[in-house]
Amino acid sequence: MAQTEVKAQEYWRWPEYRQTVSKVDWGNAKAITAGVDIGSVGSKAAVLVDGELYAYAAMRTGGVSEATAVKVTSWALEGTGLEIGKLHYVVGTGYGRVNVPFAKRTITEIACHARGAHYIYGPTVRTVLDIGGQDCKAIRCDEKGKVVSFLMNDKCAAGTGRGLEVFADLISVPIQELGKVSLSVEQEPPPVSNTCVIFAKAESLALLRQGWTKERVAAAYHAAMADRIVDLLNRVGIEKDFVITGGVAKNRGIVTRLEKILQTKALEPKMDPILAGALGAGLFARALYEKEQGLR
Amino acid sequence: MITAGVDVGAKYAKAVILKDGQVMARAKALVGFDLLKSAAEVFEVALKDAGLSRSDIQKVVSTGMGRNTVVQKPPISAEEAVSEVVSAAAGAYHVVPTAKTVIDVGAEEGRGIKVESGKVKDFVINERCAAGAGTFIEAMARALEVKVEDMGPLSLKSVNTIPMNAQCCVFAESEVVSLIHSKISKEDISKAIHDAIAGRISSMVLRVGVEKDVVLIGGVALDPGFKQPLEKELKANIIIPEYPEYVSALGAAVIAASPAR
Repeated sequence: MAQTEVKAQEYWRWPEYRQTVSKVDWGNAKAITAGVDIGSVGSKAAVLVDGELYAYAAMRTGGVSEATAVKVTSWALEGTGLEIGKLHYVVGTGYGRVNVPFAKRTITEIACHARGAHYIYGPTVRTVLDIGGQDCKAIRCDEKGKVVSFLMNDKCAAGTGRGLEVFADLISVPIQELGKVSLSVEQEPPPVSNTCVIFAKAESLALLRQGWTKERVAAAYHAAMADRIVDLLNRVGIEKDFVITGGVAKNRGIVTRLEKILQTKALEPKMDPILAGALGAGLFARALYEKEQGLR
Repeated sequence: MITAGVDVGAKYAKAVILKDGQVMARAKALVGFDLLKSAAEVFEVALKDAGLSRSDIQKVVSTGMGRNTVVQKPPISAEEAVSEVVSAAAGAYHVVPTAKTVIDVGAEEGRGIKVESGKVKDFVINERCAAGAGTFIEAMARALEVKVEDMGPLSLKSVNTIPMNAQCCVFAESEVVSLIHSKISKEDISKAIHDAIAGRISSMVLRVGVEKDVVLIGGVALDPGFKQPLEKELKANIIIPEYPEYVSALGAAVIAASPAR
């Protein structure tokens, strides 16, 4: 075996990004609002001008949530001429929602995800599956994007983005490519343990040692994760249209397997599904601002 | 009568040679990739220590996660395999005849067994979540950067109670890291970890009920930091026999010697 030292790559690290999506002149806007979603792994800020997405940013949640909240929102506003002080109303959501120092209100991520999914996918959405960094929620909502019922797993890493991060490191594949890698097998292998990430990791390691390819082990791991998520979904019940939000919605390996088990296609997102929570918060912020100003 | 018990566990393989109720030899080794090979190694070490060969053993019973890999397969050629619950009950009864509740915490599983005269009356198992097994302490030791065998002694030095919010092993690792960053001492964190696992094991065991005497066996019983918080949670004294990690293998040997079979 070669003894050269290789600098450890952090395969779980996903790239951070920002974008200004609209050319609207905010100078004439009635309501400039923002939703700031401080998740356990990723933090997202969505800036809305009169209820339409204007700019956004997504980055990893740092050690100090307050600092991350400022950073991600400032980054979303970068180059737009706007700054945090010019925002009319900000709503914080997510796991760290109480740590958004410039937010006037906090709203749970459940409500925000339903609202955001309604915005991204339209009023036909009835079931939102949000797979985040450290939890997974199955939310049923009505035609207005209001939550009817929900179930959530935030106790166990199995079936969350965190489980994928652990796995990306194990097989040394960047997290953005995991899903694609898992789909590159000709035949689907039996899934690994679907209850505990620690056990699934040990099982995967044993399979790799037995000579299984990375792709095959990835398929077994993704299949187990999909099974786990379906258990949660089935408990809340699925009604069409069905959509997936959160960071894991970008993993085709999970989405494809979920669709296969559920025999239902998830609607294609028109924008980044990681933004659903922040968008929902930004929309609530607009409604709250207009109410406050007597505009509605 | 000479019998043997081989316990092929998730982490360690253990073998016990028993002659007329007395242990002649015991051996253990980490389970490698090849279960049969690892089990055969410890079996042969135990045989050698006892000065015996396979033909001197009248019956071999296997137990543990990999129990079926050694049945009828040389060199062990176990005649029979029994579940971990049955062997743990028989072994615990052999070493503590007053045992009514047996708690067996291994590397990947935790069990609570209600026994009467060595027979299983009821049991509960957690084999799905690493947070209720030895793996949890191991993973936390890694996060704390201390040796797993130092975890117990460290925790005994702490008198503070720091709650751990995370249940999941994966999430708890991050929590340990943030506790380190908040300058909480390794002693206090180690105690928090033991309190957490004791809480989970006790809530499982309480489902079958706790009746005295309570006996703790399995590899985690070797961790001196585990007994105290578990006693507190269960509100009962706990007896830890000598060589607690061998009790299941011993139980298998006892079963091998029992005339009813």
